[in-house]
Amino acid sequence: MKVLMKGNEALAEAAIRAGCRHFFGYPITPQTELAAYMSKRMPKVGGTYLQAESEISAINMVLGAASAGVRAMTSSSSPGISLKSEGISYMAGSDLPALIINVQRGGPGLGGIQPSQADYWQATKATGHGDFQILVFAPSTVQEMVDLVSDAFDAADRWRMPAMILADGMLGQMMEPVALPEEGRAQLVEKPWAAAGHGGKRPHNVINSLYLTPDKLEELVAARYFRYDQVKRQEQRAETYLCEDAELILVAYGASARVARSAVNQARERGRKVGLIRPITLWPFPADCLQEAAKTAKAFLSVEMSMGQMVDDVKLAIDCKAPVHFYGRTGGMIPTPAGVLEEIERLV
Amino acid sequence: MPIVFQKPQALTDAPLHYCPGCTHGIVHRLVAQAIDELGVEGRAVGVASVGCSVMCYDYFACDMVQAPHGRAQAVATGLKRAKPENIIFTYQGDGDLAAIGTAETVHAATRGENITVIFINNAIYGMTGGQMAPTSLPGQVTQTTPYGRDTDSAGYPVKVCEMLSTLDGVAFAQRVAVNNVKNVNAARKAIKKAFQNQLDGKGYSIVEVLSTCPTNWGLSPVESLQWLEDNMMPYYPLGVYKDLAEGVKKGGAAQ
Repeated sequence: MKVLMKGNEALAEAAIRAGCRHFFGYPITPQTELAAYMSKRMPKVGGTYLQAESEISAINMVLGAASAGVRAMTSSSSPGISLKSEGISYMAGSDLPALIINVQRGGPGLGGIQPSQADYWQATKATGHGDFQILVFAPSTVQEMVDLVSDAFDAADRWRMPAMILADGMLGQMMEPVALPEEGRAQLVEKPWAAAGHGGKRPHNVINSLYLTPDKLEELVAARYFRYDQVKRQEQRAETYLCEDAELILVAYGASARVARSAVNQARERGRKVGLIRPITLWPFPADCLQEAAKTAKAFLSVEMSMGQMVDDVKLAIDCKAPVHFYGRTGGMIPTPAGVLEEIERLV
Repeated sequence: MPIVFQKPQALTDAPLHYCPGCTHGIVHRLVAQAIDELGVEGRAVGVASVGCSVMCYDYFACDMVQAPHGRAQAVATGLKRAKPENIIFTYQGDGDLAAIGTAETVHAATRGENITVIFINNAIYGMTGGQMAPTSLPGQVTQTTPYGRDTDSAGYPVKVCEMLSTLDGVAFAQRVAVNNVKNVNAARKAIKKAFQNQLDGKGYSIVEVLSTCPTNWGLSPVESLQWLEDNMMPYYPLGVYKDLAEGVKKGGAAQ
């Protein structure tokens, strides 16, 4: 059975159905409905909704709850994610799984409250200080928001690293019919590493990111990067659309992928050989899919709601084997199919 | 031969890294002793903060989490909300609790989080080499107040127990010192009570411990104890600032 839900509320319900019972947040637009939904639902399912005094405290409450071994999450929007970056770095350095949702808005600074994808670099390259990565998932429909929440929790637990859903104000605010997973089906794993009390049965567990001996710290970071290599091999996800004979392939994720898909359809009606690759994971970036496409495609066009961020990863993924162009709007402006089509016509 | 005195079980055998004359060791012992006496090591989780005591995660035998600077009480909140049956304590210095972590401290306190906070006030940043702390005294010479703390420019020390005792969420706030046997005994009782309160579900309990930092004060261990008595105790009077017999009625931990 499908229900009509707003993206932000669907993310919240999906998290509860994925076994998350601990939500810590701080108000910010345009993720507002997510926290409000949690405040209504968590008490009914025996969970915790806590409105923290700041984004910084919220992410550190997540750090604490994740240390205790439960599924914990926070949600925010761009300026709030900047405040969470410290805690995310500590969680990565302590190998803690948790879910962070960013319903992106325009930046920099206070920016605006309209949809944006200008936090791509932050999410995939520099969510905080130090050598580390987090898993980044990019849904493009409300249904996919639901599906990716449980995938993100599972992957975070599997790899012991923080995971992010990188959405935007458009996806968060739009309503679409969704099929929700059944309750009580979440696969919760044992976490013998958790700081949940040793019960006199084992030596004490320490959740820590401090290593003052350089060779020890290097060894630990290197071990984490060995794990990241496995993540890159196993977790890359992308959807391809009309790419088989495409000479020009658009690359777009999230809300801009919806626009790009419309533009591809219109271009096809005009007989243009264009296709679309839609990254579903932004880290790991679906480089394998891009490399495969680069064997036949003559050019790529990255379509983003930013001044051009993912375009760098497209170039890196295909090792500059074909020209990579960029089309984007920013500041809360959403590209139109007509605008993208015009760019396609200019390039083919 | 009967054992009349020994190291608490809740301390590991790791050698402490603290400087000679530093009173962290005494407070570690008192915390571990409270955990032993209440028999809660198996369900205790400590939160180490950034500062000299950050490596206390190696010294306490219970499970431990190391928090970002200032965030210990937010981390403790997450730990307690996740597992209310566990006994959660933070161990924080003055820079961590009363400067960078002021928001986390005030709001954990006003929420009445059912946690135990051990607050080491030695009026200086020890780990980074002796800078002015939020609790450095007016006129106190530190690395970053070379002419003495000038209150016109650097403002006044934060009186944590006085400030927190105004908040409805706080069940217990007491300031103690570890400068002599009598005061150490009073500190032992206060720390145990702060843990007992959590077991009884009474809510937020904080013990502020006036401590010494001979290295960064530039004094011998003995001179430091005297300096604490002569300078800190008049500015930071010892005593119970708040003690709600019934607590603030927090659920979860009483069993």
